[in-house]
Amino acid sequence: MPVLIAHTISEATEILAENPDATILNGGTDLMVEVNFNHRHPSSVLLLRNVPQLREWSIDSSQQTITIGAGVPYAAMETGAIAAAVPALAQAARTVGSPQIRAAGTMGGNLGTCSPAGDTLPVLSALEATIHLSSQDGERTVPFGEFMVGPKKNSRLQHEIITAVTLPVTGNRQGYSKVGVRNAMVISVASACFAIVDDTPRLAMGSVGPTILRAVKAEKFLAEATKDLDNISDEIAREFGEIASTEARPIDDHRSTAQYRAHAIKVLASRLAVRGTAS
Amino acid sequence: MSSVKTKRDVLGTSSLRPDGGAKVKGDFAFTSDLHAENMLWGATLRSPHPHARIVSIDTTAAWKIAGVECIVTADDVPGQLTYGLISSDQPVFAKDVVRYMGEPIAAVAADHPETCRRALAAITVVYEVLPVLFDPELAIGDDFEPIHPDGNLIRQQRIVHGDTSVVGDVIVEGHYVIGMQDQAFLGTESALALPDADGQGVEVFVATQWLHEDQKQMAACLNLPTERVRLVLGGVGGAFGAREDISLQVHTALLALRTSRPVKMQYGREESFFGHVHRHPATVWMRHHATNEGKIVKIEARFVFDGGAYASTSAAVLINGVTHTQGPYKCPVAVVDGYAVRTNNPPCGAMRGFGVVQACFAHEGQMDKLAAAVGTDPVSIRLMNAMETGDLLITGQPVESVAPVARLIRETNEIPLPPDLAIDANELDLPGGSGITAERKHIRRGIGWGVSIKNIMYSEGFDDYSTARCTLSDGKVVLKFATSEVGQGFVTLAPQIARSVLGVTDAVCDTIDTQIGSAGSTSASRQTWMSGGAVDGACRLVRERLFELVGAQQNIEPIRFAIEDDEIVDTAGTFRMSVIEASQGITISETFEHHHRKTEELDENGQGNCHVAFAFVAHRAVVDVDPELGLVKVVQIATAQDVGQVLNPLSVLGQIEGGIAQGLGLAVMEEIIVQEGRVRNPSFTDYLLPTALDAPVVVARMIEEYEPQAPLGAKGVGEPPCISVTPAIVAAIRDAIGKDIDRCPVRPQDICL
Amino acid sequence: MSTNEFYSLKVNGVDHHVSDAWIGESLLYVLRERLGLPGSKGACEQGECGSCTVFIDGAAVCSCLVMAASAVESEIATVEGLNADGTLTDVQEAFVTEGAVQCGFCTPGLVMAVHHLLDENDSPSELEVKEALSGNICRCTGYGRIFAAVDKVVAVRRGALS
Repeated sequence: MPVLIAHTISEATEILAENPDATILNGGTDLMVEVNFNHRHPSSVLLLRNVPQLREWSIDSSQQTITIGAGVPYAAMETGAIAAAVPALAQAARTVGSPQIRAAGTMGGNLGTCSPAGDTLPVLSALEATIHLSSQDGERTVPFGEFMVGPKKNSRLQHEIITAVTLPVTGNRQGYSKVGVRNAMVISVASACFAIVDDTPRLAMGSVGPTILRAVKAEKFLAEATKDLDNISDEIAREFGEIASTEARPIDDHRSTAQYRAHAIKVLASRLAVRGTAS
Repeated sequence: MSSVKTKRDVLGTSSLRPDGGAKVKGDFAFTSDLHAENMLWGATLRSPHPHARIVSIDTTAAWKIAGVECIVTADDVPGQLTYGLISSDQPVFAKDVVRYMGEPIAAVAADHPETCRRALAAITVVYEVLPVLFDPELAIGDDFEPIHPDGNLIRQQRIVHGDTSVVGDVIVEGHYVIGMQDQAFLGTESALALPDADGQGVEVFVATQWLHEDQKQMAACLNLPTERVRLVLGGVGGAFGAREDISLQVHTALLALRTSRPVKMQYGREESFFGHVHRHPATVWMRHHATNEGKIVKIEARFVFDGGAYASTSAAVLINGVTHTQGPYKCPVAVVDGYAVRTNNPPCGAMRGFGVVQACFAHEGQMDKLAAAVGTDPVSIRLMNAMETGDLLITGQPVESVAPVARLIRETNEIPLPPDLAIDANELDLPGGSGITAERKHIRRGIGWGVSIKNIMYSEGFDDYSTARCTLSDGKVVLKFATSEVGQGFVTLAPQIARSVLGVTDAVCDTIDTQIGSAGSTSASRQTWMSGGAVDGACRLVRERLFELVGAQQNIEPIRFAIEDDEIVDTAGTFRMSVIEASQGITISETFEHHHRKTEELDENGQGNCHVAFAFVAHRAVVDVDPELGLVKVVQIATAQDVGQVLNPLSVLGQIEGGIAQGLGLAVMEEIIVQEGRVRNPSFTDYLLPTALDAPVVVARMIEEYEPQAPLGAKGVGEPPCISVTPAIVAAIRDAIGKDIDRCPVRPQDICL
Repeated sequence: MSTNEFYSLKVNGVDHHVSDAWIGESLLYVLRERLGLPGSKGACEQGECGSCTVFIDGAAVCSCLVMAASAVESEIATVEGLNADGTLTDVQEAFVTEGAVQCGFCTPGLVMAVHHLLDENDSPSELEVKEALSGNICRCTGYGRIFAAVDKVVAVRRGALS
């Protein structure tokens, strides 16, 4: 039976151990495009969609964290308690594809594919999310920064499945922006997530490098330029954006130009730094 | 005694689509929904190179795959090896050389689409890559070796009109670039071919714009008598020009004939991008001379249309472009040079607007430059120069059509502007949408204008006609024609005509196929006029015969009869009889061929009455722009369109709104990106079409002035909506940011960098 | 070509058996080519047009992106199942009367999307309608008459309720 359906995480890891070549399928919104376009011909598939555990999420109020199952669809992140806990994630989830894609696609899929244009990934990067992996050998966690290692490359081992993501619940000083040429259903030309975590500014950038990039110089600049992160001046915000744009490593492709992408990062970063503040 | 009459859907009412119920239920059979017993699937092998010599094709391995029933290449084409709408220059399969990326090389028939894909992968083609001619300017001179026996210049046309020594007080000049747009109909190319038992003929269900032209080209390539290639219109999922050329027709029929089994072919979206022609990308230079007040005294222009590898309709597109240089404005003098060239880029041909879109983008950019140069506004400059009936075009042709240009501009200008963007506007109302890229304070609003003239129907001496048959029996009418219904609503209109002319209620359309004379193509905004004229003519002939019959029975001169509602009435007496009663037990059938008036070819100076008639439209666009990020949201399109007589208000509105969305696409997002002959974005992920969140508010006025030349007083309404909305939107962007933009689609970097 | 020997799909409440299928077949392909349910249309193969919208366990998704053999434990609903008695639903009726149908290729997917929207939200705002339908491309209408059809259904349902 080439479609192997798991109903629990342990069943899934067992199947994967026995079928190391199986392609992992959850929402299908990435994999099936490749199959339909004749780019991939899976010989067997491990279906995770029917594992209820993967569709769960929970907030740990003592740790101030939220853990979201890899099978939670984007649509579930757009509103409600997940959106309240991680507003930037809700904003990112809302920009993924179409409503139909958001009903099927999952964060596990976004992580599994690990495209530099993956919409939720800048949020995971800025918030320094932890990725949970499970296999017959047990469970392990990897920080996002070590998880995504290249364009469409991650450090998941072949016999592991992505089970969940843990993010800090840090309050509302976070935001996500994505530039696309259409007002809906569009692949990111440039995206950014800005967040203040433990009074430290963070900025992650999507679609402007081989992986999601952290703008470490810009973060450092901002941390040093002001003590009042709720009151960033336009001038400081502008410089913050300019520094971030120098940290982007965009390329020219059919979706945009490197020059525009770097420019867009500058604008998004500076706008995000002051979004929701008085200025 | 008065009787209560049921309302009949005659001309002028918003009669509903007869296929609407089936379409909303998913019951309507599109060509891709068709099946036949024992059916095989067909698929096409295409060139990965834009220009290469084919050294060898080896199909041995593919033949060995279980389930593969047939493989055909150029060597298997039994008849003419090439096809084409105007000149037969495009190979059914490339033989020695491929001239564009995606050119067909072979086709296979197999038991499953996946078997087809594997078979295609198993065919080995050895190529010797050749230099790629991708710059249309290089195709004009002798700088590049001819890439086709017919040469690199498809057509050149010069227009010289009036006293060309005139120089204006004010001169404005611009270079404009129009990108390659795709028709992007949703129902991709599809056909089902059923071979005749004797193997000497084939029946093909196909989604096309012109059954008889396909039939003619297919018969030639298949080396079959025309009558042995019978075409039936399968349900068509949109067209917009892309189904005017042959795509998979010959391939499917050939595979069916070779296998003696039904064969179905259907392109996926990626293949569809390679399988049909696109809108010509073009560069246009224009220099307008005007008086100090702004009256145009001369226009100089140069057009280069990139036709891609094969001619398709490039020659006609070029003529449309150059002859519409002036736009809907008076212009006494012109010098225009136009070129349609062959390159190794994707072939280009018909798309809604057909050459006029490119001309309009340039002339409307020029009108705004002229307004700025003489210190007036976009509305005044257009009113000052507005064309009227009787004016001469730069081809010397008088405009005999109703030409209410000034009225269109005024009425559009009367439409209220949309309210200002609210301080607390929702992010979905801002450019960037749910990407939350901006706040209200970042946004600037702009207003822009576009006005256009479009020739309707075919030009340059082509004897264009359409055929229809009307059969009346027992109060019921059946209409037969070969007019392609592609979504535009002719199947709604034709019964309306019959109801109006014959007083019947029950009027239906027969199968659309080649078992009657040609209807011509569903293109050039021509079917309401041409096939409408044919249906009207056939119905009138039937009415004459009915009047004669009733006259003989009642001893009344037939000339005294008229149809009033659903009755035959004696206009000089008291006799009345319902049409149902009068036609009980009899059958009257008449066929009518409608021809439009003759046109002429252009002479070497581009002079001649080459067009049949014209339609006009005005558009005003309001856009919100994020100048820093270069993102745009089109807020409102106000439009007044010259429609002649409105025959179905709901259908006309549908054409107006749909055309505007396509023009919006060309303005801000739709472009096939081709780099050195290679298409970079053949998918709906990267070729972006407007979504519901990109759709502006459309406020439309239909300007009704009866067109005396038209059989029903109605002008075609399909093309005008998409033509001047593009320059209007781009003008509004310029207005918002105060920066010149000379290309469409406008990309974010064109605005902000 | 790997095949699943046999599997069953529950579509519109009826179990359908599929055999000798290739593993990569999408639900759209199986519905159309194997189960005789061609109402769902394919126009992009990548979830960028919405023409193939079906409900899986109540969620509106693109059937071109569902691996058919993976839907064996799900309830699938297609446009053919909207009204088993052959009459038109209020949404379908409004699409016809308001002029929301031209070529009709996008129509079944849009009808499904509108039903889904109005099942979840009986009085959507203009922007909620647009966002909910932003995954369904229509190339003919420019969406104006589609919005009018949605407005009509909302108004009629409201009238029927009040």
